[in-house]
Amino acid sequence: MRIGLFATCLGDTLFPEAVRSTAVLLARLGHDVVFPPEQTCCGQMHVNTGYQREPLPLVRGFAEQFGDASIEAVVMPSGSCAGSVRHQHGIVAERYGDAALRAGVAGVQAKTYELSEFLVDVLGVTEVGAYFPHRVTYHPTCHSLRMLRVGEKPLRLLRAVDGIDLVELPEADACCGFGGTFAVKNADTSTAMLQDKLGNVAATGAEVCTAGDSSCLMHIGGGLSRLRSGTRTLHLAQILASTRSTPYVMQTDQLSEAAR
Amino acid sequence: MTARETVLGRVRDALALAPRPEVTVPREYRTGRTLPDGERLALFVDRLTDYRAQVHTCTADRAAEVIADVLRERGARKVGVPAGLDRGLLAGYDGEVREDDSNIPAPRLDELDGVVTGSAVSCAETGTIFLDGSADQGRRALSLVPDLHVCVVDLSSVAAGVPEAVARLVPERPTTLISGPSATSDIELERVEGVHGPRTLDVVIRTDV
Amino acid sequence: MSSTFLGMPAAPPRSPYGTGNLRGERKFPAAAHDELRDEQLRRNLGKATRTIRGKRLDVTAELPDWERLRDAGSAIKTDTMNRLPELLQELERKVTEHGGTVHWARDGVEANEIVTRLVQETGSDEVIKVKSMATQEIGLNEHLTSRGITAYETDLAELIVQLADDKPSHILVPAIHRNREEIREIFRAAIPGVDPELDSVPAHLAAAARAYLREKFMTTQVAVSGANFGIAETGTLSVVESEGNGRMCLTLPRTLITVMGIEKVLPRYQDLEVFLQLLPRSSTGERMNPYTSMWTGVTPGDGPQEFHLVLLDNGRTAALADEVGRDALNCIRCSACLNVCPVYERAGGHAYGSTYPGPIGAVLTPQLAGMHAAKDDPNSSLPYASTLCGACFDACPVKIDIPSLLVELRHQHTEQSGTTAEKLAMKAAAQVMKRPRLYTAAQKAAGAGRVVAGRDGRISHLPPPFAGWTDSRDIPAPPKQTFRAWLASAEGAAELRAAAEEGARKPGHDGEQVGPGRNGTHVSPGRDAEQVGPGRDGTHVSPGHDGEHVSPGRDDEDGDQG
Repeated sequence: MRIGLFATCLGDTLFPEAVRSTAVLLARLGHDVVFPPEQTCCGQMHVNTGYQREPLPLVRGFAEQFGDASIEAVVMPSGSCAGSVRHQHGIVAERYGDAALRAGVAGVQAKTYELSEFLVDVLGVTEVGAYFPHRVTYHPTCHSLRMLRVGEKPLRLLRAVDGIDLVELPEADACCGFGGTFAVKNADTSTAMLQDKLGNVAATGAEVCTAGDSSCLMHIGGGLSRLRSGTRTLHLAQILASTRSTPYVMQTDQLSEAAR
Repeated sequence: MTARETVLGRVRDALALAPRPEVTVPREYRTGRTLPDGERLALFVDRLTDYRAQVHTCTADRAAEVIADVLRERGARKVGVPAGLDRGLLAGYDGEVREDDSNIPAPRLDELDGVVTGSAVSCAETGTIFLDGSADQGRRALSLVPDLHVCVVDLSSVAAGVPEAVARLVPERPTTLISGPSATSDIELERVEGVHGPRTLDVVIRTDV
Repeated sequence: MSSTFLGMPAAPPRSPYGTGNLRGERKFPAAAHDELRDEQLRRNLGKATRTIRGKRLDVTAELPDWERLRDAGSAIKTDTMNRLPELLQELERKVTEHGGTVHWARDGVEANEIVTRLVQETGSDEVIKVKSMATQEIGLNEHLTSRGITAYETDLAELIVQLADDKPSHILVPAIHRNREEIREIFRAAIPGVDPELDSVPAHLAAAARAYLREKFMTTQVAVSGANFGIAETGTLSVVESEGNGRMCLTLPRTLITVMGIEKVLPRYQDLEVFLQLLPRSSTGERMNPYTSMWTGVTPGDGPQEFHLVLLDNGRTAALADEVGRDALNCIRCSACLNVCPVYERAGGHAYGSTYPGPIGAVLTPQLAGMHAAKDDPNSSLPYASTLCGACFDACPVKIDIPSLLVELRHQHTEQSGTTAEKLAMKAAAQVMKRPRLYTAAQKAAGAGRVVAGRDGRISHLPPPFAGWTDSRDIPAPPKQTFRAWLASAEGAAELRAAAEEGARKPGHDGEQVGPGRNGTHVSPGRDAEQVGPGRDGTHVSPGHDGEHVSPGRDDEDGDQG
């Protein structure tokens, strides 16, 4: 299958390992992965902060870069960016775009997937040959859970990982408090939510807290780092891309990926 | 312009300013359900008990005996009844029976130890009894002010679910839905039985009526 | 003709500024900041909302047709809004036919004046009240007090709030922010003649309220209520409650005055079969609330012999004029969205500053009262008081898409705000992001953020406005290499080549198939899309790789879906 990879601006810039792992995983599963180089950002931050005019070029760009019929699916390691494409691009196009853009957006929306739903729903795989011998807990991010309805799919993928010790996160479906610019505009409330999430993560005794969104992981990871907690965050793609032959090497430092 | 004209004008303006979405109401939820007597009774009793109502089931010929036992057990010496209640239901009761009259002021109802009424309809799935002010149920104040309500329900009047029960109501009648004794969840969202309405609800179900 | 109007429709006005209880004094973040420091409040709210969340889930899961009921409820409300003019007139006609009197109020000020006049006409200087959001919204009690009329709240939670001279913080349980110990103290301080030995057992507290209000119920001649539903078809009004205080108020006084928002009308009596299932299960997590009263005008010999219905606009038509925002009018005030909201659970209801707190309040309040009625209007902060987590949408019995409404109101706010620093920043960001070369340059600049990071790769202090983040969280320093830089590198190429080769060897994959770029070439889609695949020489973006294309589409991958 010919897959267009959308790195997301956050993934490309701050969390490249998650995107690398996504590319490697899809290639390993035998698929053509293409990366339209003009891609940048889906515009979610703009829309969620109240700006719908400004991201119009981003919405148009996304539709153009991934609109080519030879791209059968657009996959991204982010539930919230996939949610933005599927639920918000249409709103922006409807309000500020023209008929051509609306058609273009509808075309890409229909083939846009978050990684776990793509693997399970489109490819029909749950066993991806991963090996990850660590204690892991999974935080279902709000947009993957309630906007995309990925449900149990990420957990099915994780349960099939060889060697994994998957532990349930208490009050898993509670928001971590990130919410994009919410974390800055309402920093106190965001922090209060984060503290509860961190407490629940700590209660699992997991080495790794994973999720399908680098943004929420950045938030949770930032909190864990501040607490000098022994738990680190890792994107779901990084666990799924870890194999016996090329295992993920656990760093001692929480924010090691960025530090390297 | 009157306030009426202004408000209605605004509503029309609002609907003209933003398009109305086409909508048809999908009524695909469960309606028209029937359950065999035994199941309906079991469900109704389960739900009433869950609200901590006291439930007594009996055949019609034993109802007077059961009601008398209930009133005795609760220490009710003075009970009110609506004018249209079958007085045979109190045949076994040796206390004072006062027939209600709409001229009796509410504070006088407060002197009663309890009240015995019939009921119009019930809903098994939610454990709800509907009173509609018919002659055997009386005016609303009667079944409200006294602290004990003994309510007679005939199994034939118990519908399976809410739609089936609502369908049997007469809209214009003053209707009261009762699901257990009065309660509140206002303190830490924990349900506590017993506030302003009757703190004790005894339901006598006549299984063969 | 009711369907004709002359000229252009005018945008209906919001609730007049400075009236009622639809605006706090401070913006949400500032108010929440203080509320969050109250550990007791946090514990009370956490405990109460956790309890109710569990109960709601149990009783909604019990109904196999719950989703179908939600669909019906949502459609009935939308249909109601579509036909509001006809339905309101039908309701008026039916209530009048049955001996009631209908009044119309353009706003809260007018409604307060109507109610005051009606009370004065009875000669009474006190009223008993059933908990009502509409009268809280318009500040009726304060207005009555100013006219020498005493209003007694009879709902237990409202009583607690009134006795403590406090404000409600929840739609269903206005005193949710108080625990049993606090309630005992309030009762001991404010209820005349209460047992000084009163303990904090909830049943005993409820009994104290019963004793206190009993005499008021027996003697007060006027009651004021709200309404959960008003049925146009029959003129039937309905109040859903638990304690029996509603029944007392609706039954014992001579005069009943009901204040109802115009959006509370329902077309048919039959519609109750839907809402009597949706509301209690969503609200208190019960199969049915203890008491629901339904009355139609006046019934001789039973209940109040004088009945007045006050139909209230107060900004509702302004909300109705918004294609997206009008969905907020579908709300049936169950408060399920408050109970599942992580922001409400931490900040509490007072932080919203409005009668309507929580997610629904954050979308309803700015629509009823506006977001720009004052400089730095506190209401303008409400649409941002959410992470858009979506829990409210899932819980809503009439499926109001609150996250989408919040996003819409944020958009309206930025559109009406003129030029702000944030808008300029957003424009700048979009300008950069729409130009890949600028974007790549910006990524490099971001990489410079590494210099402010500690040796461990953490950034622990950022200047405002991002200081709020680093007050409690670190932020990772940008990595040395972006994804696209890695992709263009020899290392990236080698890693992907290895992955693709492994993929091609995988059992189940057709050996005949030419793997993705296995031979070092690839398909490039249309324009200059770049192949992620082995064989890249590190120089990325080579438009028009024609001649190199070999690998056919691998549609067969779908084959193992089963």
